[in-house]
Amino acid sequence: MADVITYREAVAEGLAREMRRDPSVVCLGEDIGEAGGVFKTTVGLLKEFGPERVWDTPISEQAIVGAAMGAAMTGMRPVAEIMFSDFLACCWDYLANEIPKVRYMTGGQVTVPLVVRTANGGGLGFGAQHSQATENWALTVPGLKIAAPATPADVVGMMAAAIRSDDPVVFFEHKGLLASKGAPPPPDHLVELGRAAVVREGADVTLVALAAMVPVALSAAARLAEEGIGVEVVDLRCLVPLDTATVLASLGRTSRLVTVEENPYQGGWGGTLVSVVADEGFGLLDAPVRRIAGECVPLPFADALEEQVIPTTDKVVAAVRSLAAY
Amino acid sequence: MMEATELLTLYEQMAVIRRTEKAAHDLFMSGLVKGTTHLAAGHEAIAVGASAALRPDDYVFATYRGHHHAMARGATPEECLAELMSRATGLCGAKGGSMHLTKASMNMLGSYAIVGAHLPMAVGAAWSARLRGSGQVAVAFFGDGATNIGAFHEALNLAAVWKLPVLFVCENNLYMEYTPIADVTAVARPAADRAPSYGIPGETVDGNDVVAVRDAVAGLARRARAGDGPAVLEAETYRHFGHSRADPAAYRPAEEVERWLKHDPLDLARGRLVEMGVPEAKVTAADERARDVVQKAVEAAKNAPPPDPRDALTDVWADGGAAWRT
Repeated sequence: MADVITYREAVAEGLAREMRRDPSVVCLGEDIGEAGGVFKTTVGLLKEFGPERVWDTPISEQAIVGAAMGAAMTGMRPVAEIMFSDFLACCWDYLANEIPKVRYMTGGQVTVPLVVRTANGGGLGFGAQHSQATENWALTVPGLKIAAPATPADVVGMMAAAIRSDDPVVFFEHKGLLASKGAPPPPDHLVELGRAAVVREGADVTLVALAAMVPVALSAAARLAEEGIGVEVVDLRCLVPLDTATVLASLGRTSRLVTVEENPYQGGWGGTLVSVVADEGFGLLDAPVRRIAGECVPLPFADALEEQVIPTTDKVVAAVRSLAAY
Repeated sequence: MMEATELLTLYEQMAVIRRTEKAAHDLFMSGLVKGTTHLAAGHEAIAVGASAALRPDDYVFATYRGHHHAMARGATPEECLAELMSRATGLCGAKGGSMHLTKASMNMLGSYAIVGAHLPMAVGAAWSARLRGSGQVAVAFFGDGATNIGAFHEALNLAAVWKLPVLFVCENNLYMEYTPIADVTAVARPAADRAPSYGIPGETVDGNDVVAVRDAVAGLARRARAGDGPAVLEAETYRHFGHSRADPAAYRPAEEVERWLKHDPLDLARGRLVEMGVPEAKVTAADERARDVVQKAVEAAKNAPPPDPRDALTDVWADGGAAWRT
């Protein structure tokens, strides 16, 4: 394997590793076969595994996710692709009413080991219906696990965990990270769901981020270090299970919390995380909590407008600076 | 042709369902069943006839009007009534209720209360059967109202494109809730007339004739198992009760009700048994056995314990728990 791997390549690599390991893993989605996916995240899968493992579908999100659910209930481990996470709304019934509820409402009679992969987030100028960070949508429904890796190695490791999970997992692949590069993961790399990573240590402020906001938080931390402010960056990796233990432990060291969220402030995941901190970690805090999140507007098209809506390094730096002085 | 002994067995199954539904109605009116019920009295021949045509390992997906399908696939009246009465011994441990009866051990994979949602699931189960080479068929039973929702059309298309062993069986009882289906549907036969659009067979059958249903499903299942793809079967029938709860169904013309009550599935089967020379006493004995089974089921369900309150926090995840944080 090469010295570096892109996030995009890591998606296909993560899928291929599990497909080699387990013949019950099958993929379905729009343009995932011959075309290799509109984001080229499934390149090579059809060639290696053939049409009985990699299925092109019509533009038919309810059929894609509904069929994945039926297959998962009957012995397969389907991985369904929903091309843009905005389109989860087209099959939201399955994410909200069917998949997360069927085990519970049948008293534990059925298991739904499926993964719904989807390209998430903004920054590429795709406008209001192809740019949203929708991870918070999934967070509103108990019964879904939610993964959102930030690095190529995590893509592979978390994909392995997601596909092997007997629970349904919504797997958010960030469009803005697809071209990013990182160290290739070792063989059999597995990153357990629900384990956040402290990706930079610091003594003054904890920044909690997810997916594309992790590199934003890291670049803010690097700039703040020049000013003598020590920033600890926690990559949450998953929203469910939510690793509140790692966040609270970090706050024990820093006593200051800033969340960096791409989803809108309104209903964003930081609200849930911060409420846990308020309930259980209030005594750890020496300053108010700050949430840097997407503005509560639809995503605009022009770069100059989009960067007003999605959190930027500048916004994070300003928030941390003011909080460190509190 | 059907042997008299088999028809007598099917008659008894229908009698058990009819009496269970009557018991459910009475228990609801007396306050022992909370929430809602959607009774299938009148629809018995569809569930029993279809079930008689299927292999024990075939998959069945039903709607919130699904008591008859659970029982036709092996759930006992006691399990069903206990579920309706919120008892620990209920089919789903009292977590599902009337609308979600499920007997997964018999591959009756659930009753779904979002109209049309389970059709794509049945497609997925059929896809899984094909991938595993199991020879199983999946059947989705649904009401006439489901034929106007997107998931119906997405399911038919994908099933046709992938040529899957799935049957779509419409229980057309002429009313979508309180509105005549004919008033809100562009074609005369809401399910069968749509099938040609997807290049698959669309048959109709008298849904109150258990022998005709058995024969129709047997033919389509044989075809599906042979690899010839999906089919639609529209079975015309009629509810003996209202849509749900205490709905008196006053929107149905008296002469229509009278006509259909004269075309009762149990009476039809009884008449056929007599024609075949089965002694009246044998049929009456079957009725009495059904009565006794249901009476005992009502008593057992009444005497069963309520669920353990701690079970509210189980069965979300495959590990049996409900933890959303680490």
